[in-house]
Amino acid sequence: MSLSARAAGNRSFAVGGLLTLALLATAALSLVWTPLSPYLIDVPQKLQLPSARHWFGTDSLGRDVFSMLMVGAQNSILVGVIAVSVGLLLGTALGVLAAERRGWVEEAVMRLADFTFAFPAILLAIMFTAVLGAGIVNSIIAIGIFNVPIFARVARGSAKAIWQRDFVMAARAAGRNRLGITLVHILPNILSVLSVQVTIQFANAILWEAALSYLGLGTQPPQPSWGRMLNDAQAQLFQAPWLALFPGFAIMLAVLGLNLLGDGLRDLLDPRGTRRAIAAPPARR
Amino acid sequence: MPRTCYAIAAAIAIALLPASGHGEEKKDTLVLGMILEPPGLDPTAGAAAAIGEVTHYNIFEGLTKITADGTVAPLLAESWSVSPDQKTYTFRLRGGIRFQNDEPFTAADVKFSFERDAAESSTNKEKAVYADIAAIETPDPLTVVLRLKQVNANFLFNLGENTGVILEPKSAASDATHPVGTGPFTFDNWVKGASITLAKWPGYRDAAAIKLDRVTFRIVNDPAAQVAGLLAGDIDAFPRFGALDSLKQFQGDARFTVTVGSTEGKTILAINNKRKPFDDVRVRRAIAAAIDRKAIIDGASNGMGVPIGSHYTPNDPFYIDLTGRSPYDPAKAKALLKEAGVSLPLKVTLTLPPPPYARQGGQIIAAELAEIGIDARIEMVEWAQWLDGVYKHKNYDLTIISHVEPRDLAIYANPDYYFQYDSKEFRDIMEKVNTTADASERGRWLEAAQRGIAEDAVNAFLYVLPQVTVAKKGVRGLWRNSPIFANDLAAVSWQ
Amino acid sequence: MGRFLLQRLAGFVATLVAASVVVFLVLEVLPGDAAQVMLGPEAPAETVRALAHKLGVDRPPLARYLGWVEGMATGDLGTSYAYDTPVGELVAPSLALTLPLAALAMTLNTVLGLTLGLYAASRHNRLGDIVVMSLSQIGIALPTFWVGILLILLFAVALGWLPAGGFPGWSAGFWPALRALILPAVALALVQGAILARVTRAAVLDVMREDFVRTALAKGLSPGAALRRHVLRNAMIPIVTVLGLQLSSLLVLTIVVENVFSLPGLGHLILNAIANRDIVVVRDAVMLLAAMVVVVNFVVDLLYVAIDPRLSLREP
Repeated sequence: MSLSARAAGNRSFAVGGLLTLALLATAALSLVWTPLSPYLIDVPQKLQLPSARHWFGTDSLGRDVFSMLMVGAQNSILVGVIAVSVGLLLGTALGVLAAERRGWVEEAVMRLADFTFAFPAILLAIMFTAVLGAGIVNSIIAIGIFNVPIFARVARGSAKAIWQRDFVMAARAAGRNRLGITLVHILPNILSVLSVQVTIQFANAILWEAALSYLGLGTQPPQPSWGRMLNDAQAQLFQAPWLALFPGFAIMLAVLGLNLLGDGLRDLLDPRGTRRAIAAPPARR
Repeated sequence: MPRTCYAIAAAIAIALLPASGHGEEKKDTLVLGMILEPPGLDPTAGAAAAIGEVTHYNIFEGLTKITADGTVAPLLAESWSVSPDQKTYTFRLRGGIRFQNDEPFTAADVKFSFERDAAESSTNKEKAVYADIAAIETPDPLTVVLRLKQVNANFLFNLGENTGVILEPKSAASDATHPVGTGPFTFDNWVKGASITLAKWPGYRDAAAIKLDRVTFRIVNDPAAQVAGLLAGDIDAFPRFGALDSLKQFQGDARFTVTVGSTEGKTILAINNKRKPFDDVRVRRAIAAAIDRKAIIDGASNGMGVPIGSHYTPNDPFYIDLTGRSPYDPAKAKALLKEAGVSLPLKVTLTLPPPPYARQGGQIIAAELAEIGIDARIEMVEWAQWLDGVYKHKNYDLTIISHVEPRDLAIYANPDYYFQYDSKEFRDIMEKVNTTADASERGRWLEAAQRGIAEDAVNAFLYVLPQVTVAKKGVRGLWRNSPIFANDLAAVSWQ
Repeated sequence: MGRFLLQRLAGFVATLVAASVVVFLVLEVLPGDAAQVMLGPEAPAETVRALAHKLGVDRPPLARYLGWVEGMATGDLGTSYAYDTPVGELVAPSLALTLPLAALAMTLNTVLGLTLGLYAASRHNRLGDIVVMSLSQIGIALPTFWVGILLILLFAVALGWLPAGGFPGWSAGFWPALRALILPAVALALVQGAILARVTRAAVLDVMREDFVRTALAKGLSPGAALRRHVLRNAMIPIVTVLGLQLSSLLVLTIVVENVFSLPGLGHLILNAIANRDIVVVRDAVMLLAAMVVVVNFVVDLLYVAIDPRLSLREP
């Protein structure tokens, strides 16, 4: 069976892919069009129920919730892409280096990863933003830092396995230098594992950003963000309970889509199901 | 396994039952909601208004009392006389009063307290008032003579603020954690981050008239939790209710009474007068003209709040309405910016401290400034950062803040104050305000002062914070207005 | 075995020391002058300097770090700037909320996750399995704080059964205090329970596929007996790993949940102290939370060895 045929038959991959596409499409569309401006304050129209003009109602300043949600997708994607890229690039470099050099380099990288894991991540993020001030850039940095050890571990584990394979042994016997082997043989072969991790970390980054914004430490107004919208909604819980529903569903659907996509990818790239059941439980957020 | 499930189900069922002991019979305890936790309980040592909300009149008392309508009445002093030059005050103290640690209250305690307030190491917010006392004489244990260096027409009012309360020398050092005063309630317990409890003091001079046995101040920051606490009956009254958007809910509910009064909180968009281009009065006037006070009052204060045109409230003596001087007029604002030669868009920072009036109002103001080409980037800060960055280091462009101190026009006479407003003319006016003994002449100077800062558009003056109280039916005696931040519990009772 | 323990212990201590250095260094650059914040804005510079000296914040960093570590080792946590109270007196009541909350959430999580996971494994590929797996897939996509808000919406706003937030304190009685912790604990447990259910199911199915289980079943051992005798013990390793991770996650997630329900716990204390620039409290409370997480991880490491002695021989 071809990969594309299997992809269509994999329900996780299909549903996850569709949800993720919807997320990306929403964000892309919001760059050029939203029903109303998400920044347009219209106090007399505050806390309106959903209507033909305001599909999801209005918030406490009379802004259009639907438009804010659309633009909020940009925000989640921006944070996710940058934070995961930071983790992916630095973490993979460290992990591959550890697998290549072994010895004290590997020991140092792994100890560092252990330490970061042992340290409550959201706590450091909170301290971090407390020191540097709240803001989207600082929450990206904080989330990015915590992705580094995750990718370092995954990259090291898979890279070490590849180093044992026959074709790598052959390349070494043929006198290729270690850096060359890493670039030509190791990296391409761990890409599939990394791509699974990327989708899962992307999902986690969205949850993290939402939590930090909810605490008031992430994205700052007037830039709409889903976490911040929930914070505002909580203050209006008695007058406008519906406000607390939409941003939460948006986060849930985005994360669900990416998680499903990750599961699907894993099945597709590893069809024999040889993976260990417990690769990386998404317990940290 | 099933047995565990039943046990858990039973535990949940029991927990869901309403807590017992919350019956109707309790009429001598009161739970008051308050938004911010005080950092300590010594009003002469900290600047937070929350200190006074808990301690003033309840634990600590001063020589004079500012009553609910803002007038000055006797408290620990039963009477006083003022010399014709208004520089010497002679107070006759109430006799037979004791502190809560059983020490007698005498003139020596007054001398001790005021000297402590004026001392080098004093951290009293109104230190200047006490530093201005040239001499304190105590001819007998119940007489205090205060000689001022210069006339202070507000002196009796100042003594009635929570910064003027009388402490007892032996306990003064620990008053921040275990306050000891002469008032009707003693400090009982403080669960940090949650609540502060006071208990009736049987040794109070008029203990029989005190209706409440225990009063708990519950700290509830979150607006939704304030609403929920009142609805669930956990909170009996919320004197400075914060969830203004949900007021309708209580107004339509027969179990509650809602009152809307006023405070002395002058909410302003403060402008850094030394920073370019705000050093140009035309730019400041443009900002004032760009702001629609009504939109801000509607959005940040649910339509409650009186618009103001200067740093003065309608409750203050000799108030004049100056809102007509700076009406909402974006076209004029744009013209003023053009005239001043400001290149647009002008990029500025708008620093917002935590209260809703700033966070909500700030977003509206940013949108309104955008209309005239001023691009205000919002920066949300905690109080500590605000005090450090804006207040102390004057490192800001624009900020929103409510000045709750009554009659504090004098801050505009200080060029080092964080507005950085430097006007010799205004300082001369304030000099006259402070030193003029004749009331109506002083009134004319007060009007000139209000007009002066409005004319110079030192800040954009927005509105007076409302005092909204939500209470269960049957709670009576709470202040409707807040001339100062206090909860006078001696007068509170259940119907 | 002894060498393994020593290695782990050394790692444990090293992590604690590293954590303390990180906490100290990060807070070193925290802007905002504690003495100024305590004294209020109008305080003269001289008074601020005097207080800074009294607080010891004008000493060189190394001396302050060593003084801090020494204080923690001897049980003296220092004095809060903001409250002028020993930090211990602030931390103790907040722990009296956070620890029971985490314990309650952990219990609910374990019951929920193990039950659903075992059930799903036993109904492998049948309707029950698919329902549990779909629900848990949604569960792990939920932000915990949103679950908290939804629970408030349902049980406090709509039904009025449970408080929307706040904590009366244990002195108000056991049930009133517990009532305040139910919704937060459920919010934490729903999301974590979904994770645990998936892990449990996968772990059990993995072991079921192993040869020795197949052999036992082929020999006529009933599936139930096989589950009890062979599968559970062998599936315990991944489950314990995840439980350990979850306990540390729960401790940290209480920060967010305490914020949702306005509970004066450790997280609330930390966020408040950061806002007040009460560095002594931030430092101690963050370090305490970090230490608890490190201890949990250490205990999980030891538990592995108890469950599977072969682990001590494997490379880490």
